[in-house]
Amino acid sequence: MAVAQKNPSADVKSVAEFSKEQELSSYRTMLVIRRFEEKAGQMYGMGLIGGFCHLYIGQEAVVVGMQMVLKEGDQVITGYRDHGHMIATGMDPKGVMAELTGRAHGYSKGKGGSMHMFSVEKGFYGGHGIVGAQVPLGTGLAFANHYRGNKNLSVTYFGDGAANQGQVYESFNMAELWKLPVIYVIENNRYAMGTSITRSSAEVNLSRRGLSFNIPGDQVDGMDVRAVKAAGEKAAEWCRSGKGPYILEMLTYRYRGHSMSDPAKYRTREEVDEVRTHHDPIDMARHRILEKKFASEDALKKIDGEVRDLINQAAEFATHDPEPDVSELYTDVYR
Amino acid sequence: MPSGSRKRATRSNPATLLQKSKPTRRRWRSRLRTKARSEKILVPEGTADVAVNTPIAVILGEGEDKTAIKSSKPATAPTKAQKPQAKTQDAPVSKPAKAPEAPAPQAASDPDIPEGTEMVTMTMREALRDAMAEEMRRDKDVFVMGEEVAEYQGAYKVTQGLLQEFGAKRVIDTPITEHGFAGLGIGAALAGLKPIVEFMTFNFAMQAMDQLINSAAKTLYMSGGQMGCQIVFRGPNGAAARVAAQHSQDYSAWYSHIPGLKVIAPSTAADAKGLLKAAIRDLNPVIFLENEILYGHSSPVPKLDDFVLPIGKAKIARAGNDVTIIAWSVGMTYALKAAEELASDGIDAEVIDLRTLKPMDTDTILASVQKTGRAVTVEEGWQQSGVGAEIAARIAEHAFDNLDAPVARVSGKEVPMPYAANLEKLALPSVAEVVEAAKAVCYR
Repeated sequence: MAVAQKNPSADVKSVAEFSKEQELSSYRTMLVIRRFEEKAGQMYGMGLIGGFCHLYIGQEAVVVGMQMVLKEGDQVITGYRDHGHMIATGMDPKGVMAELTGRAHGYSKGKGGSMHMFSVEKGFYGGHGIVGAQVPLGTGLAFANHYRGNKNLSVTYFGDGAANQGQVYESFNMAELWKLPVIYVIENNRYAMGTSITRSSAEVNLSRRGLSFNIPGDQVDGMDVRAVKAAGEKAAEWCRSGKGPYILEMLTYRYRGHSMSDPAKYRTREEVDEVRTHHDPIDMARHRILEKKFASEDALKKIDGEVRDLINQAAEFATHDPEPDVSELYTDVYR
Repeated sequence: MPSGSRKRATRSNPATLLQKSKPTRRRWRSRLRTKARSEKILVPEGTADVAVNTPIAVILGEGEDKTAIKSSKPATAPTKAQKPQAKTQDAPVSKPAKAPEAPAPQAASDPDIPEGTEMVTMTMREALRDAMAEEMRRDKDVFVMGEEVAEYQGAYKVTQGLLQEFGAKRVIDTPITEHGFAGLGIGAALAGLKPIVEFMTFNFAMQAMDQLINSAAKTLYMSGGQMGCQIVFRGPNGAAARVAAQHSQDYSAWYSHIPGLKVIAPSTAADAKGLLKAAIRDLNPVIFLENEILYGHSSPVPKLDDFVLPIGKAKIARAGNDVTIIAWSVGMTYALKAAEELASDGIDAEVIDLRTLKPMDTDTILASVQKTGRAVTVEEGWQQSGVGAEIAARIAEHAFDNLDAPVARVSGKEVPMPYAANLEKLALPSVAEVVEAAKAVCYR
């Protein structure tokens, strides 16, 4: 097995200066995602969630930092590891969890499941199960912004695995050709399922993947929410000023397996522990908050308690919500 | 037809003898008695309103024991669905549910053409162009994109003049990147635009198949009805002439297999115009299968401000009483010529132009077959799992009692399209094959 990267060492070192409110609110959202995913993992183990379930634990700073640069009307689209994105865009954890349990009041009425949820209201365009397919779609969302002449942009997330799909490069070409406002966020968590990036990619610096299309790209410390926001600001400004697409490679890490059925034998326990101990996005935010005296231990404990309550309520709702009525079988095929 | 000409080619498994018309049943019984050793009547003779597919008798085959009969019951009671295993005590126990009835597709009739409406003869190519231009004038969210649609005026000149009228913002040349621009178009549609995506031919759309099916067709359902896409994929489908295997495939069956897609395949200029306008306005993804051979064919189109036809409605292109020929797109050229030849032989064929493949207008097919008792399907696509197979199955399911002969299918031969002119001709259906099939089902 190839040696995995030791630490995320990004070439964009700058971090955004966070106010007290920004530190606390990003900490809280990251924590909501973490606790949500832990609960989803438990519920999967209890048999309440079926099929595939890909957890976002470890990667929370990416989506939370990016969301901080978005404006009303911007669009977000991603692949199948999507629970974090939904929560970050403001979707209700109850509706997301109820979709995971396949119930009537899930975001897709129980018909989509973990990988297929959407919210027009929150600008979340899915939740797509085919690796890489969201990249042309997200480019199309940007096309719509360009066509309408608004100043909105599309944030199109995909992973290091999807970065090897052909349609990604078809999209890059059109996006730069037509100067479409899209930020391609490559969440490089080092493993495409069980294949490490060094075993799958001829060029492991994914921020360079747009070079032959003249798309600029940066590598970003995706474990630091402030670095993510700083890079996101720069990319968003580029897009909104009509210069076309931008690539951000977020160096991140997932603590859990690819999906619930993955024992993750392709990496060492030490590798996971190293990131957990020294680079955890939530722990780092917590330390900063305490260090800067933005909040006391007690105040943080209170936030933790609130977050746990929120997630427990979501789990409770998702457990007792009824399954979709059988009459829903044939609805929503056509409109 | 004289009754003496009724011959049955059908062979039935005696154990699953279906409810048939009385004379048929009598005929089969007497035939079966000679073959089988014993039988048990499950539905007494004279019983009214026995559902189709209800076993009415069990007949022992050779070597079967009489005790086998005792266990047979009329299958009137619904079989109990298996109880799903509840995984935890918290999950509400699912009741064994029966799937609800699938909604029947409903389509309006063609609009009445007011008397005295001028009919303008035009090619299908022009009709398609006019349909797009009219819809683009009507709705600024409609745009057209594809390879060579703008500057080049369309690889087959279908988008001629659109760039000049609507400009480069709405008539967009794409790179050669089918997977990419199909997905990009779907993304734009998810955001509320109404793209018309042209494939230079549907042969190249196989590169985009994942986006068409997984993204366009399924998103509405997967989002619980929240997010759909209003998009038309159009372009020539099927064989052109002498372009060999990779440029000659008919995708009628492929797309009409997919829930969430609508599939249209017109054969006349008027239908092409009225249905393309309907497709552009339809809220769902529509696959619009054109045909290169038909692009240059001229036919009359009513000169109306807004001529829109209903999706999902077949058309009786030629009325007749003896045999129903069902076709669409270029298949109609074989069907109509065959009907003329058959007429000269005293066979009065009814020709149905399906126009829409999905949702399929089963009612029009069944009404015709109930009248004629015989059916022939015509398609350029391959036979296995083809559209003809689907039509034959629907006729068998819903008009079995009306059939006087098995449904015949005329189709492309199951080979990749050869290049050599003589072999290509053999690989495609022909008028002669349609005539032959029609005569065969008429036992002539």
